[in-house]
Amino acid sequence: MRTSTLKQILLITDGCSNQGENPASVAAIIAEQGITVNVIGIMEDEHTEQPKGLLEVEEIAGSGQGVSQIVYKQALSQTVQAVTKQALNETLQGVVNKELQQILGSPSTMEELPPDQRGEVMEVVDELGETCDLEVLVLVDTSASMANKLPTVQEALIDLSISMNARIGRSRFSVYQFPGKRKPIQQLVDWTSKLDSITSIFSRLASGGVTPTGPALKEAMHQFGKKSLKRRLFHNEYPDVEEA
Amino acid sequence: MNTQTLKKPDINILKGQTITGKWHKKKYYVVKELGSGAIGTVYLCVYQNVQVALKMSKQSHSITSEVNVLKAFKKVQGHSLGPSLIDVDDYISANGHVYSFYVMEYISGDDLPNFINRNGQEWLFTLLIGFAKDLQTLHDEGYVFGDLKTDNLIVSRKPARLRWVDVGGTTLQGRAIKEYTEFYDRAYWQMGSRKADPGYDLFALAMVILRIYYPNGFSRGDNPRKTLQQKVQLAIRSQSLKQLVGKMLNGDIDKADQVKDYLLQYVMKQNQQTQLRQKRLSQKNQQETSFHPTLEVVSILSISGLCYIYMTLFL
Ligand SMILES: Nc1ncnc2c1ncn2[C@@H]1O[C@H](COP(=O)(O)OP(=O)(O)OP(=O)(O)O)[C@@H](O)[C@H]1O
Repeated sequence: MRTSTLKQILLITDGCSNQGENPASVAAIIAEQGITVNVIGIMEDEHTEQPKGLLEVEEIAGSGQGVSQIVYKQALSQTVQAVTKQALNETLQGVVNKELQQILGSPSTMEELPPDQRGEVMEVVDELGETCDLEVLVLVDTSASMANKLPTVQEALIDLSISMNARIGRSRFSVYQFPGKRKPIQQLVDWTSKLDSITSIFSRLASGGVTPTGPALKEAMHQFGKKSLKRRLFHNEYPDVEEA
Repeated sequence: MNTQTLKKPDINILKGQTITGKWHKKKYYVVKELGSGAIGTVYLCVYQNVQVALKMSKQSHSITSEVNVLKAFKKVQGHSLGPSLIDVDDYISANGHVYSFYVMEYISGDDLPNFINRNGQEWLFTLLIGFAKDLQTLHDEGYVFGDLKTDNLIVSRKPARLRWVDVGGTTLQGRAIKEYTEFYDRAYWQMGSRKADPGYDLFALAMVILRIYYPNGFSRGDNPRKTLQQKVQLAIRSQSLKQLVGKMLNGDIDKADQVKDYLLQYVMKQNQQTQLRQKRLSQKNQQETSFHPTLEVVSILSISGLCYIYMTLFL
């Protein structure tokens, strides 16, 4: 059994949007396209920015069929990568569970099966998670308040690529920041399988107080489409991608 | 589905409570909580007058995954790879939420650093020899333990044996390590990939050894490889152990059997040396007095030590 390439947007932000359309409704549209939206909210500490920012993080991921997680700055270095990986694992699990519903017919979940029958299903789930191809577009909020968190975010992305590349399936990443100059998002790293070598990608910081999360997400969604066009042009770069 | 998992309230099990399985209807009396982590919570329970460990989680799939591994271990005859599996079932809480759990053998004992500090360094070698042998069996079965760390090891009593609990990280060789902990993770230290191969476990085992000397761990610094070298150099006195740990960290040793053989040789050599020393001493003593009872006892003890290692290895 094979799955098509799994597509995800991983939004890393520290606050709430204040410009453009509602990010949660954009996330719902993105989810409709088969792209999961995961959100990691980085908060300064427990007293600031809550609970409004926190609520939005959950809302976006909720309507984006993804996972959300809040991380506090004090624990950033350890938790960002753990959380990133967990979010991705959960999403893999989610996609694989949808597959499962098709196998089982009715809208039944694994939990409704007797424990003795879950094992085999789980093996299929594991297998798919290990072998499916994965595309993650990382969308990083680089508004002024994020400045001191970006080195850690970068470290987390490198670690993420190490984890995902240990899988049998192909993993590819691209990194965008928002807001961009006169446009919603700015490309930092084009689709690549390895983020190990990225250094100081967040050098150009946007200033000003706008956080157009909604428009940024919408723009990010279109990057998946664009890539397939480019792929057709340079098809020898990924010879067997279309088969999957 | 994900949101469902997240919305399920945390498990709230109290001691003195009875957990009844939805499917098999077995009743487990909760004595106390043993510990909790990323996946779930482990409770010490009593079932038909026997102590058992019960692990419960919000994430049904994690429980199923671990059960799969424990079932695979069960098929390996004559070995106790991890705690043995007793039951798998669901628990329905008072407010109707379903939590999966499994029941396993309760392994009582000490944590490794405590045990070594109390009973002496030489135990480390004995325990590691037995452990390396178990690890080799696990690798031969096509698995890698994955999340090997001090917290997941228990020194059981009678006989003293280093045993692992928490098979949540156990991964088929060639796949991506399922679960890991930074300090013990080869990739975190930039000493290799996060792909499951036997060397991944041996790296983690080397870190478990280092952790005995650095109970609070240490950070990787700007040059992780150098940091590791320095820490090994500073902490470990025994030249042989130092060499072994270095090789395990570098990936120069990538089979658990090699670790076992290395340690066996070392212990044998140690024994010969003490016997030689004793011989020389007793020869000297014989010139002065004729008999020295304590020496006799010491040499008998070291022979029984060897017998013990022999027994844990081959019987
Ligand atoms: N069979 C057992 N016998 C005795 N103690 C056990 C047993 N299984 C688990 N424990 C104890 O319970 C603790 C927590 O269990 P475990 O590590 O399985 O949970 P977890 O949620 O997977 O945690 P982690 O985040 O470390 O993976 C362990 O550190 C161990 O001390």
